[in-house]
Amino acid sequence: MTSHEITPVQELIYTTRVETVMATNVVVLCPSMSMAEAKTLMQNKRISGAPVVDGDRVVGIVTMTDVIRAMELGKLDSPVTEHMVKEVMTAFKDASVIEVVNRLGREGFARLPVVDRDGKLVGILTNGTLIRALLHEMDISFQKKETEKIQTYRASHIFQDILSDDTSVVLRFVVDDKDFSNAGKASSMIKKSLQRIQIPPPIVRRVAVAVYEAEMNLVIHTDVGGEINVDIRPDRLFISAVDHGPGIEDLQQVLQPGFSTAPQWIRDMGFGAGMGLANIKRCSDMMKLISEPGAGTRLDMIFVFGENAAGVVGGSSGKKS
Amino acid sequence: MTIRELVEILSGKILVENHSLDEEVPRGGAADLMSDVLAFGTDRMVLMTGLTNPQVVRTAEMAGINVIVFVRDKKPPHETIEMARDSGVTLVSTGYTMYEACGRLYAAGLAGRGPVKIENDSW
Repeated sequence: MTSHEITPVQELIYTTRVETVMATNVVVLCPSMSMAEAKTLMQNKRISGAPVVDGDRVVGIVTMTDVIRAMELGKLDSPVTEHMVKEVMTAFKDASVIEVVNRLGREGFARLPVVDRDGKLVGILTNGTLIRALLHEMDISFQKKETEKIQTYRASHIFQDILSDDTSVVLRFVVDDKDFSNAGKASSMIKKSLQRIQIPPPIVRRVAVAVYEAEMNLVIHTDVGGEINVDIRPDRLFISAVDHGPGIEDLQQVLQPGFSTAPQWIRDMGFGAGMGLANIKRCSDMMKLISEPGAGTRLDMIFVFGENAAGVVGGSSGKKS
Repeated sequence: MTIRELVEILSGKILVENHSLDEEVPRGGAADLMSDVLAFGTDRMVLMTGLTNPQVVRTAEMAGINVIVFVRDKKPPHETIEMARDSGVTLVSTGYTMYEACGRLYAAGLAGRGPVKIENDSW
């Protein structure tokens, strides 16, 4: 196995699928056309070849070389089926671009009709469409990277750029109940935002796990959903998950590892093992659970970083709220 | 071990490719319990699992896991694939069982996270 640097262009041709770079408005010839008609059509459309299509099947391909040969033989009036190349090399639309690049390059084909897995013609690839599409993709990925850089720069400088005695940024997220497929969306946004603000990666990881556990709790155990608030300070995060759900009867009991009231379908999904709160406690520098039956639940978490971090982890000095 | 080697050892198929195949995978782990993944998952590791719902991808994203391997040739639903595309997780499927997938990778030198200590207080 040779290890070498993969260039962005190589990465693109390996990861991009044929269907994203092909042209979809294919100029096609029907089997009944004469070579003269094919010649006129190709001249008008300014192309040097076109597939011959019967129904939605590719049955052959005619290029300008074939037209010239027919001209030399004085047979421009005969049908395209007599002069076309019948063994047509095609590409599958879900193939990776690297496969077609090799064919267009090494095997010298100027164009490849693109078919789906049923053999139906869906597009065409030429060196021109390929280069245009790859340049476009490169432009997009370059712009995305630049935008992310600028956004990260702006976000990470907010504490320097804003003048105050004590700056804090508060992010609010709404969590819907029983919306299992969307669960974790808030956590995902929180993780991305913290990365953008350039919170140290080990802290981001702890926050992501704790917040995700808290968000799953809102989804699984409340019938009304709730919200997650993230209060970002220069050296710490105050995060709270609040709901107006049924509340918790016995706070000691829910803190016991392994205790769970989650229904079976949640357990089948790999959740509800009764380790969420224990995991949140382990990940955060301080955790506080406040709840009353019928009055909802509030979970507070604190994460400390920067110079003050050492004093709080594992100690009791973190009880600031 | 690189992702490329890992896929070869598992005779696996890449379903969603979000990392360079030459990227190093430092560790491996296996679980069907997502809480275990959140508790014991380590950064950039590969997770072997028999679950294919979208929350497996979300869990991986949160735990900083780069690669998920679906064992027993399980085909994840469309939503799982979509979520992996969005969240930057690489998905692989293999025909081996969980036991054998883990065994093959471990035998090839891919480490686990070592003994896990559960303290009374924090657990």
